[in-house]
Parts: sequence; C-alpha cells; structure tokens
Amino acid sequence: MFERLPEVVNGNPAIVRWGRHMNATFMLEAGEAQYLVHVGSGKIEAVEKGPFVMRSWTFAIRARRECWDEFLRKTPQPGWHDLFALLRRGDVKLEGDQRLLWAYLLYIKLALQALR
Amino acid sequence: MIEPITGRYAQMRLDGRAHRIYFEEAGQGIPLLCLHTAGSDGRQYRAVLNDGRITKDYRVIAFDMPWHGKSSPPEGWQREDYRLTIDAYTSMIMTIARELALDRPVVMGCSIGGRVVLNLALKHARELRALIGLQSAAYVERYYDAGWMDHAEVHGGRACGGLAYGLMSPVSPEEHKWETVWHYMQGGPGVFTGDLHFYQGAEGDIRERIGAIDTKLCPLYMLTGEYDYSASPRDTQAAAERIPGARVTIMKGLGHFPMSENPAAFLSYLRPVLDEIKNSVPGT
Repeated sequence: MFERLPEVVNGNPAIVRWGRHMNATFMLEAGEAQYLVHVGSGKIEAVEKGPFVMRSWTFAIRARRECWDEFLRKTPQPGWHDLFALLRRGDVKLEGDQRLLWAYLLYIKLALQALR
Repeated sequence: MIEPITGRYAQMRLDGRAHRIYFEEAGQGIPLLCLHTAGSDGRQYRAVLNDGRITKDYRVIAFDMPWHGKSSPPEGWQREDYRLTIDAYTSMIMTIARELALDRPVVMGCSIGGRVVLNLALKHARELRALIGLQSAAYVERYYDAGWMDHAEVHGGRACGGLAYGLMSPVSPEEHKWETVWHYMQGGPGVFTGDLHFYQGAEGDIRERIGAIDTKLCPLYMLTGEYDYSASPRDTQAAAERIPGARVTIMKGLGHFPMSENPAAFLSYLRPVLDEIKNSVPGT
C-alpha cells in the first residue's frame, strides 16, 4: 500500500524540502499490514513490509485498511482527506514520538497524499 | 495595480491593557466587521475586501486580534502565556466596533470567529445588524494536543502550517491554500495554541446557552465548508438545531478557511447573504 512512497516523494523537491532534516524510521500500519518507512534527509530511503519482530521506530500511524483506502482516493471524501480528519473520527492512532511527528507534520502529510 | 484596501492602526484599551490594533478596510456603507481564524490574521479576508460588488454597499473591516498579524501583544507579553477567553474575545470585538464608531455592524467570523458570533448573538444582538458564522459550531472536543505547536523543539510555524493545511479542501486552489498556510506559518510562538484554549474544550463550550439566541433581534447565518472536520457540517447543524431561525448553508468543496482557501467559491455563497441583509434593513 505504501511501497510507492520513494517513487512519489524522492523526485518531488517540493515535498523533500519539508523533510530536509528528518532522519528517522516511522511505522505505517494498515490493518494487519505493517510498514517501516526509513527517511534520510527528507528522502524515503526504503519502505519495508512486515511482519516485524522487535523492531524500533519513532512514531507510528495506525489505521484500518479501509480507512487508508478512503484517505488515498484521488479526491477523498470530506472527513477522510487528512490525518487529523481521521483522528477526529477516531479512525487513526498516532503513537510514539509525538514531537517528531509534529516537527514533520507537513512533510508527512504531503508524502502520504502524494500516493493519491 | 494598487488595491482599494487601506490599513491603519488604532490605539485602545482591551481587557484593561493598552493595545495597538491593526485593521484593514475597503468600501462604504453598512459596516461588515470580519474576524479571522485562530492563529492567523485579517489577510484571510483579502478577497472580500477586494470585491467591488460587496464594497459598493459595505464598509468591510478586518482587524488583526492582539498578538496576531500586525497587532502587537500588550506590554509585558514576554512574562505570560497567551490564552484567549470567551469574555475577552467578545468584549474585544465590541470595543473595536465602538472605537471605530461602527453603527450596528454585521459581524462575520470564521472558526473561533464563528464560535464567538454565537456569543455575540447571545449578549449583543441589539447592537448588531446581523451575524455570519463561518465554520460555526458551539463546541469541539480536544481531539489533539495543541500544546505541541507551542514547544521549543518543534518549529511552530511549520507545525501550525502543517495543521492548517489539512483543514482545507483537497479541491481548493493550490495558490490560495498555500497563501493560507503562510499566514499560519507567520504566527508568533504559542498564539495559535492560546486561541485554541478558547476553541477546544470547556472555555468556549456554549452548547447549553445557544438556545437563548433570538434571531428575530439579529439574524444569524451559518455557512460551513463540507471538508471541515474541526467545525464540520454536522457540528454546525447540531448548533443550528438549538437556535430557532438560524440559517444554515453547507458550502460544497470548501474547507475550514473558505474566504481564504477558495475566495471565488466563497464569494458566490457570501454575496447572496449580504444582499439579503442589505435588502432586509430599511434606511441603510
């Protein structure tokens, strides 16, 4: 589901610039499926698909698969179009290092919506 | 091309302290006082101020709240945490209307402004001509921790911009979405968070009071963009159900900052409301 992140982010300097100082691994979860996203200087260095055993990550964004399907539609419906829209619905969980997530919130949003 | 908007400063006391308030205005006629959203400033109303079809009948005024835009915080600000309260916000608006000698203005506010117009309807209906709440709701729960936008280890401008970005519609024009984000990125440290003290949770919760609003004294229009999840169409409708006579319009394809994120679409909703207000008030 998130395998295309390197392709859609790394060639787009308008996204990369917002994550220029980010060097971290975060987790994306779609239902049972887990992904570790490795970011280096704003580029997506790798997307690994789980399952994982005892791996570390900084923050995790967890939602149901159907939720991501709605979020990733080309033109999402109202209430499904943003991470915080999902948060208010109670349809996403933001776990781990909240400071890092807030520091790169715009970058994360732009990277995820680039998959649309 | 020089725009017809002029900007000036006014000195006044608000909440017992000296303030220097920046405001912009254009047009002549019925005063229309515009309230910006939390953490932003009066530039959000640039398209309303520049719309000749509105300014031929309305004197449009948009001020920057204290701590916002070109209005400075009061002396001593460095010693305190800014926290907006419902009483301070309400009296600020009425004081500014009085200082600018506005005769029974129409007040239009968005988000925190859309919330406070409900309190203006409760407390000052006889002094106002009409109220327009954009993204207006009586309450929103604290569904995220706004404290992170006032944190030394998070860049406030980037975080506030990141939050505001998602509140807009995916179909609003990129140019205007990013202009709106820029205003958020320019906010002072802790200001957006301080505004949300009023907006989220108990301080600004007026659900139990709005049933007393009398729309015969002062008409109330509520216009909400369908993509807003902070003051969602459902939230606006829930408020309107408690207010007999409130007029609700759900604006297609718009988000939390209708006047700023998609001016053309917003004006198509606003002009008929302003025409109705103009035509319903004799002698103006």
